Amino acid sequence: MTLLYNLTSLFCRKEDYNIYPFFFLSPLPRILVFPWFGLDIGGTLVKLVYFEPKDITAEEEEEEVENLKSIRKYLTLNVAYGSTGIRDVHLELKDLTLCGRKGNLHFIRFPTHDMPAFIQMGSEKNFSSLHTTLCATGGGAYKFEQDFRTVGDLQLRKLDELDCLIKGVLYIDSVGFNGRSECYYFENPTDSEKCQKLPFNLENPYPLLLVNIGSGVSILTVYSKDNYKRVTGTSLGGGTFFGLCCLLTGCSTFEEALEMASLGDSTKVDKLVRDIYGGDYERFGLPGWAVASSFGNMVSKEKRESVSKEDLARATLITITNNIGSIARMCALNENINRVVFVGNFLRINTISMKLLAYALDYWSKGQLKALFLEHEGYFGAVGAFLELLSSP
Amino acid sequence: MHVVLFLITGGSLTKLAYYSTVQHKVARVRSFDYSGKDVEHESPYEITVQEEITARLHFIKFENTYIETCLDFIKDHLVNTETQVLKATGGGAYKFKDLIEKKLGLKVDKEDVMTCLIKGCNFVLKNIPHEAFAYQKDSDPEFRFQTNHPNIFPYLLVNIGSGVSIVKVETEDKFEWIGGSSIGGGTFWGLGTLLTKTKKFDELLQLASKGQHTNVDMLVKDVYGGAYHTLGLSGNLIASSFGKSATADKEFSKDDMAKSLLHMISNDIGQLACLYAKLHNLHKIYFGGFFIRGHPVTMRTITFSINFFSKGEVQALFLRHEGYLGAIGAFLKGAEQDNPNQYSWGENYAGSSGLMSTSPDFCPMQRARSGTFDMFEMDRLERPLVNLPLLKDPTTYIPDTVDLTDDAMARKYWLTCFEEALDGVVKRAIASQPDSTDAAERAEKFRQKYWNKLQTLRQQPFAYGTLTVRSLLDTREHCLNEFNFPDPYSKVKQKENGIALKCFPSVIESLDSLGWEERQFALVKGLLAGNVFDWGAKAVSEVLESEPQFGFEEAKEKLQERPWLEDSYSEWIQRLKEGPPHKCALIFADNSGIDIILGVFPFVRELLCRGTEVILACNSGPALNDVTYSESLIVAEWIAAMDPIIQSALTEERLLLVQTGSSSPCLDLSRLDKGLALLVRERKTDLVIIEGMGRAIHTNYYAALKCESLKLAVIKNSWLADRLGGKIFSVIFKYEVPCK
Repeated sequence: MTLLYNLTSLFCRKEDYNIYPFFFLSPLPRILVFPWFGLDIGGTLVKLVYFEPKDITAEEEEEEVENLKSIRKYLTLNVAYGSTGIRDVHLELKDLTLCGRKGNLHFIRFPTHDMPAFIQMGSEKNFSSLHTTLCATGGGAYKFEQDFRTVGDLQLRKLDELDCLIKGVLYIDSVGFNGRSECYYFENPTDSEKCQKLPFNLENPYPLLLVNIGSGVSILTVYSKDNYKRVTGTSLGGGTFFGLCCLLTGCSTFEEALEMASLGDSTKVDKLVRDIYGGDYERFGLPGWAVASSFGNMVSKEKRESVSKEDLARATLITITNNIGSIARMCALNENINRVVFVGNFLRINTISMKLLAYALDYWSKGQLKALFLEHEGYFGAVGAFLELLSSP
Repeated sequence: MHVVLFLITGGSLTKLAYYSTVQHKVARVRSFDYSGKDVEHESPYEITVQEEITARLHFIKFENTYIETCLDFIKDHLVNTETQVLKATGGGAYKFKDLIEKKLGLKVDKEDVMTCLIKGCNFVLKNIPHEAFAYQKDSDPEFRFQTNHPNIFPYLLVNIGSGVSIVKVETEDKFEWIGGSSIGGGTFWGLGTLLTKTKKFDELLQLASKGQHTNVDMLVKDVYGGAYHTLGLSGNLIASSFGKSATADKEFSKDDMAKSLLHMISNDIGQLACLYAKLHNLHKIYFGGFFIRGHPVTMRTITFSINFFSKGEVQALFLRHEGYLGAIGAFLKGAEQDNPNQYSWGENYAGSSGLMSTSPDFCPMQRARSGTFDMFEMDRLERPLVNLPLLKDPTTYIPDTVDLTDDAMARKYWLTCFEEALDGVVKRAIASQPDSTDAAERAEKFRQKYWNKLQTLRQQPFAYGTLTVRSLLDTREHCLNEFNFPDPYSKVKQKENGIALKCFPSVIESLDSLGWEERQFALVKGLLAGNVFDWGAKAVSEVLESEPQFGFEEAKEKLQERPWLEDSYSEWIQRLKEGPPHKCALIFADNSGIDIILGVFPFVRELLCRGTEVILACNSGPALNDVTYSESLIVAEWIAAMDPIIQSALTEERLLLVQTGSSSPCLDLSRLDKGLALLVRERKTDLVIIEGMGRAIHTNYYAALKCESLKLAVIKNSWLADRLGGKIFSVIFKYEVPCK
C-alpha cells in the first residue's frame, strides 16, 4: 500500500485527482486513527489545521471515544478558543476527500506564547490516549518537543519546515479554494480605481520563487515538487513590522497595527526622492515619489512633532514591505525566475502590503516580474505537516 | 595665492575643497660658473634656495552649523577676481545655494552628486597608497590596508547616506546606478531617534555599541529552542529583527534597541549589496557615506553582513578619505581644463589629519572633534608615476618589508627610534640655514608637528594607512618641507661630494691595478662601504658627527667579513664570469658623497666596460643625505671630466641619469617616474641594483622582479641587525635570478 501511496503522490495536479479518483476515493486498508492534525509552530504564531470527518457513520460515532468527540465538537463548534485562539472560518476547505475520508479542513491559529497552555490542555484532555501521531513543523517543533513529551505525554513527529511549506502550497493550490482559485494576483495595483484581485492559474508553477513572510522571511526557489532550495532570507519580516509598531505606537495586536497603518500617511515620515531633488532624479531614472530614505524625515525635530502614530505605522509597513519586495526582486533576477509567490501570515488582512508588493515588483522590473498570492497565506506549513501525517507509513 | 574654490555641502557636514598654489623653498644645486676663473672652489657646486610654486589640493570639512562662519572666511580670504563660480554638490547644495550666492556674490553651479563621488573615488584609489582597507574584527589593528591595484575597475560603490545608492563603476567615465534601498543612514538616525529619543547620530552609534540586540531581536534559537544545532543552524542568527518587541507591556533599553536597529540596517544593506554584486559578477564593494564614515561599529556590522551573505566571495572595503570623495570629484570636474587626472598626486602627511578610528564608546571626545573639523591635503607631483615594468606581479607587490601596524614590537621600536632621532634632526635643520633668523623657531614648530604625528601613530598606527618605516620617514620629510626646511643636508652633501670627488682618481687607480676577481670584490666592498655614510642611521650620524675624518677606508673596516648575513656573492661572481654581459642595468642610488662617487660610480664604470648600459636613478627631491637627481648630474659631470670611460658613456648615452619621481629615502617600485619606466623598457633592462637600507631592506627586500636583481645594504641599526640575526654593520648581498 505504501507503493500505491507513492504512486498517487499528494502532489498530482488538480486534473490528476479527477483522472485517478480511485487513489483518492477508495478507502485504504490501513485505518489512520483520528484526530488528524497538522501543526506549524512559528516564532510568533502557531498554525493548526484540523480535518473534520463529515462521513462518520452512526456506528463510528458510537465507537468514537469521548475525548475525541469532544475535541471534534470543541474545534468545529467554536470560532474562537480562549482569548487568543481563532479559527479562520473563511478559509475552511469543504468536502475534501483524503485517505478515503470526506471532510472539511479547518484553519486555526494562536500565538506561540500560548503554546505551554496548549500543551497543558492536551495533557488535561488526555490527548495521548488517542494514540495519534502529532505531526509538527516550524522552529517550535524543536523548541517544544520536550514539553510535549513530558507535560503532554505526546511524541511529536518533527518535520522539515520547507518540505512542509512546499507540499502545503502545491496541495492547496491543486484542490482549489472551494471551487475558486487559490492563487491570485492584482491587476493595476497602483490605480486604486482600477486595481482588482484576479484569479491566477498556477497550472505550470515551476520555476517559482516562494517568499514566506512570517516573523522573518525565507526565500525559496522551487523547480519541481522535490527540487527546491532556500536561497536567502531576511530578518526584516512580519515580526519587525509588528515589533516596531508596538514600540512606536504602543499598539498591542497585529490587527491594530494594520488598522493604524491603513489610516496613516508614510510620506510624512519617509524622505522621498522629490524631497531631496525637488522632483524626479532623472540621472538615475528615479521617480520623485520613490522613497529615498525610510524614516528619513524623522531626523528633523519639526517633522517628528508633526507625525501621527498612524503615519508611523504606515511608514513601518511600507518600509518592511518595500524591502521584502526589493530582496525578492533581486533573488528572482539572480535565479532567473519571473514568478514570485508571496505567502505567510504577514499578508493576512494586509492588502496594503500585497498591493505594494505587486506594484513594486511590476514597476522596478518593468513588467518582467509578477507577484502572486495565495488565499491560505500562512497555513501551508501546517497543511504540509498534516499531509505528512496522511502519507506516513 | 591663486585659489579655485569649491563648496560641497552634504547632509550635516560641509566639505570645502580648494586648490591653491603653495610657495615654498627648495634647495637648488648649480655648477659654479668657472669659465675664465681659475679659482679652486672648496665645493664642486653651489647651493641656492629658491622659491618654488607647487599645486596643492586642500580639503576641509566641518559641521553645517558653521557654514556662515565658513562663508565669511571664504569671503575675507579666498575669493578673488579669478573665482567666479562655485561648484557645489550634495543635498545641501540646494539648501545653501541662495545663502552662498547672496553672501559671496558668486554663482553656484550644482554638480551631480554621484558623478562627483565616483570621480573622487577613482582618483583616490589611483593616487593614494593604502587608500582602501578591509575591516577585521578582533584583530589588532582592525584595519587591513590594500595595496594599490593597477587596475581598479570594475567595482561596486555602495554609498550609504540617508538612503543607499548602489553604483557599478566600469571605467573612468562609465558608471551605472544599478539600484538602491531606502533603508539607510537616515533610517538608522530617524527611526533611532524615535525609538530612543537620542537625537545625534554619533550618540545613537554610541548607544548601539553598548547594547545587546538579543534582547530585542528574535534569534533562531528563540524559535528553535536549544535544538537548532542539530539542524546545522547557527542559533545566534537573527530570525526576526525587533521580533521580541512585539508586545505592548515591556520596556526595552535604548542601547538594545539602537543595537538591534544597527544590525537590522547593516545586515539589510549587506544583503542587498551582495545580491547586486552577484548579479553583476563583482567581488569588490567599496562602502561610503555618512553611515560608514570612519565609524568602526558600522564598518564591523557591514563587513559581517557581507561575509555572511556572500559566504566570503565578496570583499567589503572602506576608504580612508571616503568623506572627501564628493568634494574631490566636484573639484576635479571644476578643474577639468587643468586636467588634474594627467598628474600624479601624493598625500601630504604633514597637512592631513589621520583616519579617526577610535570607537565612539572608547573616546567620545576625540570622535566628536574629528566630526567637527578634519582636513586632508594632496600635493600635485610634477610628473606622473607608474609601475616599474620589471615588477614580477604589480598586483601583489608590496614595497614595505615590515608592516608596523601588524608588528607591535617593531612599531614600538621604530616610533621610539624616530622620537629619539628628532633632536638631531631639529639641530641639523637649524644648522642648515645659518643665515635665517627664524630657523630655530621653525625647527621648533617642525619638532612639535612631527612629535604629535608620532604620538598619534602610537595611539592609532593605522591613521595614515599601513604604518611602515617608509611612512615614518616620508612624514618627517613632509613636515620638514612644511616648515621650509627643504634640504637640511644640502651643506653636508655638498661637502662630502667635494671630498669624495677629490678621492675619485686614486680609488679608480687602485681598482685598475687589481686583477679581475679582486677588483670585483673591491667594487662590491666599495659599494657597501659607501653605504655606511648614511645620516639617516643614528649610529652612523653619531660617528660622522664625532669623527670628521672618518673616511672610505675606515668605513671598509667597519664592514662585516664574509660570509655576510645574506651572501650570494659567489653566485654573482659566477654570473659575471660565465654569463654574457647584461644588456642594461638600472641602479637605484642611495647617499650623496662617498656612496655615489666612490661606491656607485666605480661600479657603474665596471659595468660600462663590460658592455652593459647603465640607467642611474636618483631621487627627484631631497630626502636625508640621499643624492638627488640634480646633484647626480653635477657629480657625473665632474667625474666625466676626470674619467674618459664615464665621459664617453655619457656622450654616447650608454650611461643615463634619470630621476625616480620620489623624495623618499625608501623606494616604492609601483610609483616611479614615467620617463624612467619608458627608458627601462626601451633599453631592455635586465639587471636591477638596489642599494641602501631604505631602498633594499625597509622596502623591496622581498620584491620579486622579472629580471636579475642585486640588493645590497649595510645594516646600520643594531635592533634591525639583531632581528635579522646579525650584528650592526652586517652586510646584505642578495643576488636573485627569477625562476624560469
